[in-house]
Amino acid sequence: MSQLNIPTVAELIAKNEQPDILFWVGCSGSFDDRAKKITKAIVKILNYCNVKFAVLGAEESCTGDPAKRAGNEFSFMMQAIQNIELLKGYNIKKIVTGCPHCFNTLKNEYPDLGADFEVIHHTQLINQLIKEGKLLLKDGGTFKGKKITFHDPCYLGRANGIYEIPRDVLKKLDAELHEMKRSKAKGLCCGAGGAQMFKEAEKGNKEVNVERTEDALEVKPDVIATGCPFCNTMMTDGVKYFEKEKEIKVQDIAELIANAADL
Amino acid sequence: MIISQVLFGILLVVGFGLFAKNIIAIRQNINLGKDLDRSDQKGKRIKTMLLVAFGQKKMFQRLLPAVFHLFIYVAFLLTSTELIEIIIDGVFGFHRFFHPLLGSFYTLIISTIEVLSVLAFVATLVFLARRNLLRVPRFHMSEMTGWPKLDGNIILYLEIILLVCVFTMNGADEALYLKGESHVAGQGSFGFLVSSYIGPWLFSSFDIETLHVLERVGWWGHILVVFGFLNYLPISKHFHIIMAFPNTYFSNLKSKGGLTNLSAVKDEVTKMFDPNFDPYAAPAETEQTVPDRFGAKDVEDLTWKNLMDAYTCTECGRCTSACPANQTGKKLSPRKIMMDTRDRLEEVGRGKRKNGKDFQDGKALLGNYISEEEIWACTSCNACVQECPVNIDPLSIIIDLRRYAVMEESKVPSELAGMLTNIENNGAPWQFAQADRFKWAEEQ
Repeated sequence: MSQLNIPTVAELIAKNEQPDILFWVGCSGSFDDRAKKITKAIVKILNYCNVKFAVLGAEESCTGDPAKRAGNEFSFMMQAIQNIELLKGYNIKKIVTGCPHCFNTLKNEYPDLGADFEVIHHTQLINQLIKEGKLLLKDGGTFKGKKITFHDPCYLGRANGIYEIPRDVLKKLDAELHEMKRSKAKGLCCGAGGAQMFKEAEKGNKEVNVERTEDALEVKPDVIATGCPFCNTMMTDGVKYFEKEKEIKVQDIAELIANAADL
Repeated sequence: MIISQVLFGILLVVGFGLFAKNIIAIRQNINLGKDLDRSDQKGKRIKTMLLVAFGQKKMFQRLLPAVFHLFIYVAFLLTSTELIEIIIDGVFGFHRFFHPLLGSFYTLIISTIEVLSVLAFVATLVFLARRNLLRVPRFHMSEMTGWPKLDGNIILYLEIILLVCVFTMNGADEALYLKGESHVAGQGSFGFLVSSYIGPWLFSSFDIETLHVLERVGWWGHILVVFGFLNYLPISKHFHIIMAFPNTYFSNLKSKGGLTNLSAVKDEVTKMFDPNFDPYAAPAETEQTVPDRFGAKDVEDLTWKNLMDAYTCTECGRCTSACPANQTGKKLSPRKIMMDTRDRLEEVGRGKRKNGKDFQDGKALLGNYISEEEIWACTSCNACVQECPVNIDPLSIIIDLRRYAVMEESKVPSELAGMLTNIENNGAPWQFAQADRFKWAEEQ
């Protein structure tokens, strides 16, 4: 695929245009080297499907999710109020996020503070693009005979009840989808939520991501699919802990789909 | 006969009176919590209550205990209707008041109650075995020693006594009726599905006098256990049989992921960003002069729903067994969060009733009951909220305790302090320049 086209909202506005949807990249997607690849996979899909989107670029800022969950409502509120002002100023009506944490905060915590926009997660957008026939996957492609297992991100699953959409998307790949013993509403957390991503765990006898990776290894997958950059980090670390990184890839649904569509 | 009617009347008044007193105290305790509006969407709330509490929907996530629990639950609901007759008989000195009035329908009701009682008896034995012999891990965690362990067993023993009384009463009466000696006129079999077998089998060898005594022992034993049970409920985890209904009615109907926004913080931050705001202006009359505490240090800082949750918890431990922190050996147990909240609330309520509403004992939920190590182990994954069969939300208590620790006492794990500073300085949890946020687009 040629050069990615990544317009900012400011650029579009300068041309007197308005994006149909804002792509909220998130802090991981902007700064974390692994997550940047997921961001680019999402952009590839958006470009390929000719979605009229834009990003905030350097104007984007943390939604405040980790601050809120770390108990600092002031930090959260500063972020939220500034973000809402910015998004209102740009007249944004619809947002797609690359991260379930951003998704949850924008969707569930901002409306009460004056926000008025529709928020979807990137797996929902991908599902919609496939259904509309805008995103075509190659037949019998890269994933034939491969085993994929999906790790439910807590902030997509239990927090927002989205269990089937990521699975519907994965079923479009020519692969076998295997469930872990704990999945959907019973899925085990990767260990990163609630601001744990940014601190050492409390004293215990095991890391949560190791416990969860054991669940994944039981189904002997070729790919552990996720929909969250934090889960991706935790599961990748877990796979490394068991020295299985050569056999098992941890990939975001966006990456798998971009790959299957040969983007 | 008059004496027993008087005794029964006293029992009735004292039994219900004490219960009412306990309920009023618990209501007062729950009302110590902060306001929260859950008066909306009444239809949806009733539906949630019918599905989750009445219909036991979430119990069925674990089939085997759900089936046994259902036996006891349905037996409880239906045997409660028998109390109507017991009370009428007790007050007016009748014997089986509804027997002549309802005829074969009476036989059907009592037979149903008897069959359910047998199922409940089996389920109670299974539960005793699960608690004491099978060592189901969630019944043997550190918070389940002492009183909570005893409490769980007392309830089951009371149920056994109750069921033995029911069958002694009906069995002895059956034996009497067969001999034409029951207080019900005539002779024959009542035809109740269980006691028509148990009666002749266990009681036919006794003389009439003894049978009358046994029948009364069963009858009085039954009603005494019922009133004992009623007044045991408010100090027991078993209170969930009542609280499950209001607690599910007042469930959080929004997505589990959304945390509350603190309006006091919102107002402060909005003023901060408002260029026209005059920080030296006198506060408006409607404004509170003493601002609320940020987050929760003690039970009074929690919402009334958090406190209602605490009274609803039956300590089943499904939350804790699903908690990722607990499963990996951390100290956090969502069940303990709920038990601590209830214990502390009881202590605060007692103190206030004794010493006036401004009473302080120098203790607090955070510190004396729940440690910081516990609250910082939470991943906010909502597994505890998801698992709870009666829609309790331990997560919102954990978050409110964190809020107090961070915003009022500046006690925050050091790595998180760094993360928070980064968000404030450069709009990301890591230390990257805000200006570099779009650099990923150039790295193609």
